[in-house]
Amino acid sequence: MKKFLAKSYIWILLVVMYAPLVFIAIFSFTESRVLGEWSGFSTSLYGNLLGGRMEGASSLVDAVRNTIVIAVVAATVATLLGTLAAVGIHNMRGRKRDALTFLNNVPMVNPDIITGVSLFLLFVFLGVAQGYTSVILAHITFCTPYVVLSVLPKLQQMNPNIYEAALDLGATPGQAFRKVLVPVLKPGMISGFILAFTMSLDDFAVTFFTRGTEGLETLSTYIYADARKGGLTPELRPLMTLIFLIVLVLLFVINVRQGRLAKKNGASKEL
Amino acid sequence: MSEHIIEVQHLSKSFGNKKVLEDISFYIKKGEFITFLGPSGCGKTTLLRMIAGFLQPDEGTILMDGKDIAALPPHKRELNTVFQRYALFPHLDVYENIAFGLKLKGVPEKEIDQRVRKVLKLVAMSDYEDRDIETLSGGQQQRIAIARAIVNQPKILLLDEPLAALDLKMRKDMQIELKEMHRKLGITFIYVTHDQEEALTLSDTIVVMNEGRIQQIGTPTDIYNEPVNCFVADFIGESNILKGQMIRDRRVAFIKHEFDCVDEGFGEDVPVDVVVRPEDIYFTTDPAKCQFKAKVSSCIFKGVHYEMWVDTDSGFELMIQDYDPYPVGSEVMLYIDPDDIQVMKKERTANVFDGVVKSAEAVTIFGEDFPLATDLEPGTEVRVEVPFTGIDLMDNLDDGVVDGEVHFILYMGNHYHLQVRTEKGESVWVDTNDIWDKGDLVGIVIKPGTAKITPKNE
Repeated sequence: MKKFLAKSYIWILLVVMYAPLVFIAIFSFTESRVLGEWSGFSTSLYGNLLGGRMEGASSLVDAVRNTIVIAVVAATVATLLGTLAAVGIHNMRGRKRDALTFLNNVPMVNPDIITGVSLFLLFVFLGVAQGYTSVILAHITFCTPYVVLSVLPKLQQMNPNIYEAALDLGATPGQAFRKVLVPVLKPGMISGFILAFTMSLDDFAVTFFTRGTEGLETLSTYIYADARKGGLTPELRPLMTLIFLIVLVLLFVINVRQGRLAKKNGASKEL
Repeated sequence: MSEHIIEVQHLSKSFGNKKVLEDISFYIKKGEFITFLGPSGCGKTTLLRMIAGFLQPDEGTILMDGKDIAALPPHKRELNTVFQRYALFPHLDVYENIAFGLKLKGVPEKEIDQRVRKVLKLVAMSDYEDRDIETLSGGQQQRIAIARAIVNQPKILLLDEPLAALDLKMRKDMQIELKEMHRKLGITFIYVTHDQEEALTLSDTIVVMNEGRIQQIGTPTDIYNEPVNCFVADFIGESNILKGQMIRDRRVAFIKHEFDCVDEGFGEDVPVDVVVRPEDIYFTTDPAKCQFKAKVSSCIFKGVHYEMWVDTDSGFELMIQDYDPYPVGSEVMLYIDPDDIQVMKKERTANVFDGVVKSAEAVTIFGEDFPLATDLEPGTEVRVEVPFTGIDLMDNLDDGVVDGEVHFILYMGNHYHLQVRTEKGESVWVDTNDIWDKGDLVGIVIKPGTAKITPKNE
């Protein structure tokens, strides 16, 4: 009995964690307007969503486009900033380096709502245009630490002399960075980019506070507004299912990449 | 002047408040194989990194072909480095690694191809051009690292402990190959190592370094046969280092016997240090040749020779290497040729500390109060001279006035001569019969009645 409980514990945990997602996915395959009511299997919600045959289709398309534009821009800029920051932190010594690594980690555990409100206040204070600019700046802010965190281990694994080796062979500091550092750090940068992209994609709190009053909607704010307007539009159920699948694939890609790299490093150490 | 490809003048470098290099001057002749040899932390790698341009000196100049290269960044210096842990580019294959420098210089594709193939042949790695770096063994990676450097035809090749990560057999093979490469290429090799045997095998000139200073510069035979001080004698090869007394020119006393030697100019009745290599003490059965007698206390076979420890009739322990073993416990007659006795000037004969009189019973040295009686006025700056035997080392740190760490140990035949470093980096030299290990933490006290305290301004 005890053994059975011990074994089933992990399954209970997984069920609790994944039940809501499975629930939404199942009910994306029925036409009923009320969530939780099964009116027979149908893929018409998917058809409506993808064919644009639903209420507010154009604003949903706008929201999706905004979300993707913001995520791509924020993740790209965060990847550049984060990589440079990681190189800087890595070249520091002792306490300074520990302090900066710590400071880098704080924003990640800081509640989104606080990040959101403080950024909102900062943008108002600085007079930054509320809208696209402020949301992108905000997303870059909370995405950068994730990139730093995924590039730093790559730097630690790297042979400390390879940058100097490039200089020694006649590369200018810029060439050494582009031709040696970037290729070696690329796996970390890609992981960082994907992480930043997904963080930006699903952000609600920060976006909500920094988007201003011009009616800029991203997916999360759109769904929130839609749900408050009198029930979730049924076509959003397949949309959420699809987003979940996309994120799942991205996470899967990160894991496989890391697994492969770890294996490769392990193998080269054995030699 | 033009024969000196590198000339270094009064070079100094500190990291924080730690002096890593102090007033280093030397020159390197064109085409020479020069080795910087010293224990880890002696500053040899720092020196190499300054020549390569990765570090800037605090003081002093580095001239290459007579021109100051201080302002020249590493990528503009006409030299290439082989790094300690190879530092190959993991994202490039063997060919691309070697071609890296040539591509940057815009060498035509065809010429790159020829030069890469030629250099691969030189390092005996001809069929490896498409291989991934990670699939190569340590020795193979080392060869590629050398190929990557020399393909650029530098004027100077810098090598930072290039063989340290290889196993013994591999290291021996690579030593021979490096020597051969040096001969073929005809360029200057600057080599850094802590392995004295490697230095002796490879070099035209050896620069022995310790604690940021050059101890001795010379050919391998000079360094081995005529070390200038105890550190060099102890660091290079095996040796018996003993206290001695120069009686007059060509006559020296040690282990309570007198010997003829070939050294002159020390003066009469001057304390000196004496080095005798273990292979230079000979056994004899002829009483006329015998200079002193001893009893064999241990005898170990070392492959080519036997290593024996003997207790002399005067109470000293000496190490002897000989092709023939003598049984433990046997009485033997020994002699040393005058040529084989190396007499060295003593670097110091006693500890000299700067202090300030605190009271009639205490003098402040290294910021701590030592209980020393004096009739000088409190506040007087004094010079405290303490013989090596006047220092006591305590197991228990609380029993000492100042804490220190045993830094360097020399066995002098019947006692140990230690260098103890205080936390502030001051050196205290101690003669003791107790056995300590390097790195032991000790409490330092001055034995009562041994210190000579004199006002500083006199």
